[in-house]
Amino acid sequence: MKYMMLINAASTDPVANGCTPEDWMVYDKQVSEAGIFVSGESLADLTTATAVRVGPDGQRTVTDGPFAESREVLGGFYVIDVPNLDVALDWAARCPGARDGGSVVVRPIADFGE
Amino acid sequence: MDERAAAESTVEAVFREERGRLLASLVRRFGDLDLAEEVTSEAIEAALVHWPVDGVPARPGAWLMTTARRRAVDRLRRDQAYAARLAVLQVESDRADPAPPADALADLPDDRLQLFFTCTHPALADEDRAALTLRCLAGLTTPEVARAFLVPTATMAQRIVRAKKKIRQARIPFRVPGADELPDRLPGVLGVIYSIFTEGYAASSGPDLQRLDLAEEAIRLARILRRLLPAEREVAGLLALMLLIHARRDARTGPGGELVLLDDQDRSHWDRGAIEEGGALVVVALTGGPPGVYGVQAAIAALHDEAADVASTDWPQVVALYDLLLALAPSPVVALNRAVAVAMRDGPEAGLTLLDGLSGEPRLRGYHPYAVARADLLQRLGRFPEAAAAYRAALETVGTDAEREHLWRRLDEVERSG
Repeated sequence: MKYMMLINAASTDPVANGCTPEDWMVYDKQVSEAGIFVSGESLADLTTATAVRVGPDGQRTVTDGPFAESREVLGGFYVIDVPNLDVALDWAARCPGARDGGSVVVRPIADFGE
Repeated sequence: MDERAAAESTVEAVFREERGRLLASLVRRFGDLDLAEEVTSEAIEAALVHWPVDGVPARPGAWLMTTARRRAVDRLRRDQAYAARLAVLQVESDRADPAPPADALADLPDDRLQLFFTCTHPALADEDRAALTLRCLAGLTTPEVARAFLVPTATMAQRIVRAKKKIRQARIPFRVPGADELPDRLPGVLGVIYSIFTEGYAASSGPDLQRLDLAEEAIRLARILRRLLPAEREVAGLLALMLLIHARRDARTGPGGELVLLDDQDRSHWDRGAIEEGGALVVVALTGGPPGVYGVQAAIAALHDEAADVASTDWPQVVALYDLLLALAPSPVVALNRAVAVAMRDGPEAGLTLLDGLSGEPRLRGYHPYAVARADLLQRLGRFPEAAAAYRAALETVGTDAEREHLWRRLDEVERSG
């Protein structure tokens, strides 16, 4: 069963988040050594985001942003393959992004074979 | 209700306990709640047809299980796609949690503990956890659960479908957490059972002050859990707490359905059997390790239940237990109860000082027991106009009709005294 862990940081400032690049490296290593890693990326700074919308007339609108109105910012994700939600929640709890005001949202990947 | 319906509902009640056990075993075997529910109902229906004619089998649990299992196998034979999906689930769940060796001798192995943890899983919404627990473990029908929560059956059916869908799609496992996870997960299970109890007991709104059914269902669930987890002292504490509160049910309302407060209750109407059982469980809950929140609350309830009247209640001990509770689980509501106990120990003035110290607590704003406690102490101090104002404040937020009537009577009293 595949789950995506959406890692929301409370702040874009890594120091304020209270976890170091080493914490992330350790976690990354744990995920890959456990044999559950499917994919994962960390996202570049939010100020680099661009939104695209296409209207009913086919007109394309490109805007800078969006810049989060909420305090939490999607900073990266992992997709892991584990037997069930409890195991996924354990991995989410171990993720440095879950600490110090951040959160990790766990979402099952849709299975259209169902 | 016609005769047949009456007979069926009697049999349904007899099957309630069996239903949960059967369902849990089938969930373990097939890894799917919907299939397990479907064939559990079918097996019970088959029993209703065959048992009156052929007699009750020597091993009723095994009979039901065999029948249900056969129906499930039939269903899976008819629906290959469903079977394939379940097969994948089964393989994966074995990977996560190897099944214990089958016990061929037991009439029906008890797999309900894992169902408790699934139904009360923290990934489910609060309101759905209680509903699902009542449905799957207490064996209530969806309309019964709906009535208990005062919502339309369709609304409750939707909630249960939503919860089951999350269990299936997010793959919330059917498993008992390991010993290392238990301190994290058990409070969630106990919290759901206690919320069912409080929901049924002090109905927060509506015409009935007490909906006895839910309180009794919660006690029944706690008894089951106690058998499944005999070494967990907080389970004993929760069962004790509920028994000790429920022991006062007959004295809690007057002949007209009006609320009677602890002070004015006719204690001869308290259920001595429940008090004795609860008292013994308090000892279990508070022996052999650090106390838990349910054990301490149960100990407080026991002190009330064992006192001949309000005056002879061991108030210093009650205050000491509230101190302990505040240290374990600090909350303004506990501080409020402690202040009331201090008023009984040291007089209304001391209690009022503590209550006024809590006036800034956001959680107590609009919480009517706070206004009622203040009103009561002001009344005892003879400060009638202030007491009247506090009763009026309480009346603005009070939930049940019975409580409202009680407050109107008190308000009338202080206005005539003033």
